[in-house]
Amino acid sequence: MNKHGNLLENLAWQGISRRSFLKYCATLASLMALPPTAGRAMAEALARAPRPSVIWLPFQECTGCTESITRSHSPSIEGLIFDSISLDYQETLMAAAGHQAEEVLHKVVAENEGKFVLIIDGSVATGLDGAYSCIAGRSNLDLLREVGPKAAAIVAVGSCAAFGGIPKAKPNPTGAVAVSDIIRDKPVVNIPGCPPIPVVMTGVLAHFITFGSLPELDRLGRPRAFFGETIHDRCYRRPFYDQGKFAKTFDDDGARKGWCLFELGCKGPVTYNACAHVKWNDGTSFPIESGHGCIGCSEPDFWDAGGFYKALSMPADPLKFVAGAAVAGAAVGVAVSIANRARKGAAKAAHETATLADLEK
Amino acid sequence: MNELQFLTWVRGPGLDIALGIFLLGVLWRLMEIYSLGRKKDLAAPRHAPGASGWHTILRRSLPPPGMVKRSPVSYIGGYIFHVGLAIIVFLFVPHIKLIEGLTGLSWPGLPSQVIDAVTVVTLAAMVVVLVDRINKPVKRYLSTFQDWFTWALTFLPVLTGYLAVKHLFLPYTTMLALHILSAELLLVFIPFTKLFHVFTVFGSRWYNGAINGHKGVPV
Ligand code: SF4
Ligand code: SF4
Repeated sequence: MNKHGNLLENLAWQGISRRSFLKYCATLASLMALPPTAGRAMAEALARAPRPSVIWLPFQECTGCTESITRSHSPSIEGLIFDSISLDYQETLMAAAGHQAEEVLHKVVAENEGKFVLIIDGSVATGLDGAYSCIAGRSNLDLLREVGPKAAAIVAVGSCAAFGGIPKAKPNPTGAVAVSDIIRDKPVVNIPGCPPIPVVMTGVLAHFITFGSLPELDRLGRPRAFFGETIHDRCYRRPFYDQGKFAKTFDDDGARKGWCLFELGCKGPVTYNACAHVKWNDGTSFPIESGHGCIGCSEPDFWDAGGFYKALSMPADPLKFVAGAAVAGAAVGVAVSIANRARKGAAKAAHETATLADLEK
Repeated sequence: MNELQFLTWVRGPGLDIALGIFLLGVLWRLMEIYSLGRKKDLAAPRHAPGASGWHTILRRSLPPPGMVKRSPVSYIGGYIFHVGLAIIVFLFVPHIKLIEGLTGLSWPGLPSQVIDAVTVVTLAAMVVVLVDRINKPVKRYLSTFQDWFTWALTFLPVLTGYLAVKHLFLPYTTMLALHILSAELLLVFIPFTKLFHVFTVFGSRWYNGAINGHKGVPV
């Protein structure tokens, strides 16, 4: 981690001109739906940034989120901004290990109380008092309860930290919960995705550095600028959806013609994320462009939403009651029929024929 | 429960329960109705042109002479929303997918723009028919709670479906879940309200036609 010089010098040193940095900030600002002037403000703030301390705590995670941020764009401005913030504790990236690393963590927390940004990836295990996931003999739960309240801002990166993620999938053996389930008294920015889109993260950090505040969040704590629309809203296959042209298998004629993947289980219509316009791998493409439906990875509980390859309109679970109910219905039908027939028979038996004499009475 | 969990519930257990109650009720009532039976009519059958079950099915599906003029809203509005509902329910691709998922049967659907247009027309026709029911004193007098209730049960799935597709008022996920939930409510109540006519309409027309046809009276 390079800790010398300011961001701009750092970028120049890595061969990125001031001009392309400005352009990057303008793009970032427009992606976040900020006014045009914000791009310049962002560039200035980032260039002068006193580099807030960032502590990145990995909980029950697979390191995929770190991989996404550090690898997929490398060497991009995003990656470099990451290098240039004061990432004081990140187990995967830091050189220190063991007690040394622990010392750093506690020192940074103590020195920057109320000022550092806390990034968390991975869910928080709460089962057995959090014993399922520990760092240096301390449970994640414990650590979060201690460090969380001292942070200036908390960013939950990835669907696990944001919503519990795969560890929370039924039957959730470790009692995994989201960061926001533990930290309730301060806003947690959720950047869901499995993994999340790198620029969303740098966007949030840039916003924090520039304005000293968090960007506008939606109901689920996600930055509205990136999670305001569904994949389906911005999907280039949308015209086929509207025309009712669907691929039926992954290699049929429709699939080759690029028709809509709804019938193959695409969850784009219920997934709020920026993939369809921000795209992945430095703007190369996003999953639907590769012929695979969206699995809804940025939505809470996408892992238990009835199967990735089942169309949204299909039953989520196998129907259990229906057969029994049909049998019960038939049985009731038969029973009622028998009762009705019995009543009819009884009425018939009780029937007395009226005679002329009766009528004259 | 978040919105995706809500959606997954209505697509899973909710659907299961609704379809279960629906099937239970439908089988029960159909068996009950058809097992009632009738006494054999011992009179010699009379024959008259146009007097049979099939004739009546056809005749009662068309407006009687002069009635369209006398009661245009009921007839025209009624036709439009019934045909519209059939198109929406059976020719919208996601609905066909659901039926395919449940029964294995499938057929081609219509482009969603066509369904959109049919939905708007259907909603409008249903509103007009409702307003007519409120405005005409006789109709209002004849209406019971069930009439208002079944109107709402039918209207809501169409409305929520349209709002969901058009991304209006609520996030799509929530609206889609509400749409499915309202359709499930409709399923639950079909067997136990006058909505059961979706199953009995042609049977009862045939029966009326046949019984009167035996007497030589075209009805
Ligand atoms: S592929 Fe998915 S996101 Fe794209 S239009 Fe079809 S359903 Fe919507
Ligand atoms: S397309 Fe869907 S599943 Fe794929 S990364 Fe984007 S939100 Fe996640």
